[in-house]
This record gives sequence, structure tokens and C-alpha cells, in this order.
Amino acid sequence: MLQVLTRRMLLKTAAVGAAAAAFSRRTAAQASPKVVVVGGGFGGATCARELKQKGLAVTLVEANAVYTACPFSNAVLAGLRPIEAQQLKLDAVEKGGIDIIQKKATGVDPQSRRIALEDGSSLDYDRLVLSPGVDIRFNALRGYDEAAATVMPHAWKAGEQTTLLRRQLEAMDDGGTFVMAAPANPFRCPPGPYERASLVAHYLKTHKPRSKLLILDAKDSFSKQRLFQAAWQDLYPGMIEWVSLSSGGKVIEVDAKAKTLVTDFGRHKGDVVNVIPPQRAGEIAQVAGVADRTGWCPIDPVTFESRLQPNIHVIGDASIAGGMPKSAFSANAQGKVCAAAVASLLRGEAPAEPKLINTCYSLVAPDYGISVAGVYTPRNGLLADVEGAGGTSPVNAPPSFRAQEAIYAEAWFQTITREVYG
Amino acid sequence: MSAAFAIMALTVPAMAQNVAPPGATACSGCHDPSTPGAVFPPLHGYPSGEIVAAMQDFRTGQRPATVMDRIAKGFTDEETQAIASWLSQQP
Repeated sequence: MLQVLTRRMLLKTAAVGAAAAAFSRRTAAQASPKVVVVGGGFGGATCARELKQKGLAVTLVEANAVYTACPFSNAVLAGLRPIEAQQLKLDAVEKGGIDIIQKKATGVDPQSRRIALEDGSSLDYDRLVLSPGVDIRFNALRGYDEAAATVMPHAWKAGEQTTLLRRQLEAMDDGGTFVMAAPANPFRCPPGPYERASLVAHYLKTHKPRSKLLILDAKDSFSKQRLFQAAWQDLYPGMIEWVSLSSGGKVIEVDAKAKTLVTDFGRHKGDVVNVIPPQRAGEIAQVAGVADRTGWCPIDPVTFESRLQPNIHVIGDASIAGGMPKSAFSANAQGKVCAAAVASLLRGEAPAEPKLINTCYSLVAPDYGISVAGVYTPRNGLLADVEGAGGTSPVNAPPSFRAQEAIYAEAWFQTITREVYG
Repeated sequence: MSAAFAIMALTVPAMAQNVAPPGATACSGCHDPSTPGAVFPPLHGYPSGEIVAAMQDFRTGQRPATVMDRIAKGFTDEETQAIASWLSQQP
């Protein structure tokens, strides 16, 4: 234990020293150290703005002109919200003095500290922050490739996939079956599949009440499970069937032509089929060599610096953040902590031990919200839950409590999008 | 060398540098710092004594909450005090 800590401290000291050296070397040639952020989602855009506020020169590399937010995209699916409410632009970020390059980052050379862009140009950095979100691991589930995703959408990256699944749901006849495959951990937005099931059930109950919803799960338990299941019984009795891993719920193959999911125990044909497939850190993390064999990125819990490559930090869904779930709230909180750490390191100072918060709201119905919260701090090299804090909404709470949390859910979305994109 | 950093970090108060103390930057994820009439009270410039009192009451359950009771329990008195002071000084 002592040895591990000593080694960590030594490494940290070495990193600080190296940063200070890099800083002084570059200050001769340029006014300020250069930080490049890749990814304009909740983590990357937050981090870029925070770095800029700290007086650093920041370049944000994001391939897409419009970012479609995942939180609340299940409400789009259920017809409760237009997709436009999810679409965010980086105009205000750019006006804040951040250099935005609308190109895809295609390569990273950690030795020369340079990233390559799709058009063959390159960018030098002193520190690089990667916030690439997740990539779908096509073919990890037999038969689920990009073509299959046009028949059985994942809708796990918001945008066209969301509207495609919405159209399929609208076209489904009353009495039809919506079948969902839910993945094993870890994946983006742990309560997401179950919020989706809830809001799809809300749509079906309202418009197609003879329909059914089947969730085939590769897990035996899930986030906010007691709350979801109690609400399903109250609001959508007999409509949602959840099949756990140990009950044979794990989907091992998909047959897109037959709109069928295959488990070890049988075949399940759906009228609408939603496959939430296995995921991993976004492609640039794989290219940069900051992802390990799991496909996710191990990081130092104080600085979010990669454990695999120096001077590269990874935040948001792509990172292995211990107890912190892969959520927009987490990415936002991490973006701020990472920016503070990067600024400290570039000044040659030791970054402070952070404390982080996550709060995730899920809607079970438009006026029925539930939440999970946590407070996190570095412990034994990981971000660990602060004991005694956090947890889910109470299991027994009056409707007014659920209605209040639904209002807070919407208010949270308004606040965070204003902070990051407004 | 690393010990020197640790001592520096302990002896230089975060507030003096206007550096956010641990946990403080997460608040604005919900609490819009400046929009009046927001659902969550804006905390920038909020009196620090009131923030500390609210957090203590959330922690003990004296003040009803949906989520702040769960979050308040993750911070010590000293941490809460530092966060409240920092928030109160933000424009």
C-alpha cells in the first residue's frame, strides 16, 4: 500500500516536472501553452470553456456542426419532445474565444504531442483532452452491424437513430411488441434502457394500449431497479416484461431480416426492435492508445490523465471513472475538474484532490421523475463513492415527490445546456 | 519534492487563489449561477452562511429535499464551509 502510494506520488511529481519543463521550453516560442480538446459533447465543451476561463489557449476539435444531446432523447422517442430540443451548437463556445476546428481527429502521436486531422493537417498540443464519448461495438453482438442498425436501431447516440426508432414506433400497430436488448455493464447511461422502456410504455399506453414491451437483459440487476419496477407495476401494469440474465435474457445474436433477437433459450420476434449494443470509448481514444483491453480508458482520478499515455487526459463516458456512471452530469463535472488539473500541471503545480458529484434523473412518465446521486473522491487510484452519501430517490414517496423530480429533471437539462452551450 | 507540493497545497488556502475548493464546481451542473427565477436557486453571490445552514439541515433531514440530502452527506463541515465561501464570492 505504502509502496503503491509512493510510486504514485513519484509518478505525479515526475509528471509535474515534465509539464513544467515542457511549459518553459514552449514559453520561449509561444505566448501560452496550448491545450487541444477533442469532442464537443458535455465533457469536452465544458472542459474547453473552463480552460479558456483559466486563461489558456484552447482549440476544440469537433467533427459535427450540431451536437444532439442524449439526455431526454428517450422523451423524443416517446413523442413528448421534438428532436430540435436536443440539438446544440458550439456558436457560444466559439464566441467565448475558443478556436473551433470542425474536422475529425484521426490520429494522435503522444511522443511529438501532435494530433492529425482528417484533411491531413495537424495540431500541436502541450496537453490533450479527449472527450470522445462512446462508439458502438458493431459485430460484438453477432449479426449486429451498421446495416442491422438501420433495421433495428440502437438510438444510443442521439440523432438520426433516435428519429428512426421514433418513426418505427409510430408505425407499429396497436397490439404490437417492442423488444429491447439491454447490454452488460459498463455502458453509457446505466438507467437509460429502463427510462426508455418506461417512456415507450407511456406512449403505448396512451396510443396503442394492447401493445407489449419485452426487455431482454444481459444483466441480473440495473440502476434504480426497485424504483423502475415499482413504477412499472403502478403505471403500466402487465405491459413491460423484463427478462434478466439468469432467466435467459442475454441476447447472443440478432437476425435483422427477421427482426428477431436470439438468446440461448429462444428467438424473440418484435414489431419494433431496439438493440442497445456493447460499447467502448470513442474511436480517437483507441487510436491514441489510451484505451485498455476493455475498450475504456484508465485514468488518474485526480487529473484524469491517461494511465497509458502522458499528457493526454480522458473525460466523460470514455473514461474508467470508478464509481461515477457514464452520464452527461458526470462528464460536465469531470470537464471542470480536468480543466483545473490541466491548468495546475501547466503552471508546474500539483493538482488538488477533487470531489465530484453526479445526479441522474430518469423519467418514468412525463410527471414522474426518479434520481440517483453520488459524491466521489479519489481512493486507491479510483474515483470512489463517498460512503454515507448518494443513492436513489426513496422507494416510498408521494406523487408530489415524483412530480417535483420530473420538474427538476427538465430544469437540470436547461441549466446544463445553458452552462455548456449557452 | 512531492512532500513540498503537499505542504504547499495545505498551506495555501484555495480561496486565496480564488481556486474552487473540492466539489464546488459541480454545483452549477444544476444550479444555474445567474439566471433569476430558475427552478434551482442560483448560488453565485449567495450568502455563505445560508448555504452552510441549508447543507447542514439537508444532512440532518431537518430540511426536506429530493436530492440535496443525498449530496450534502458527501461533504464535511469544513468542505461545505469552503464551498459556500467560494460560491458567495463568485460574480
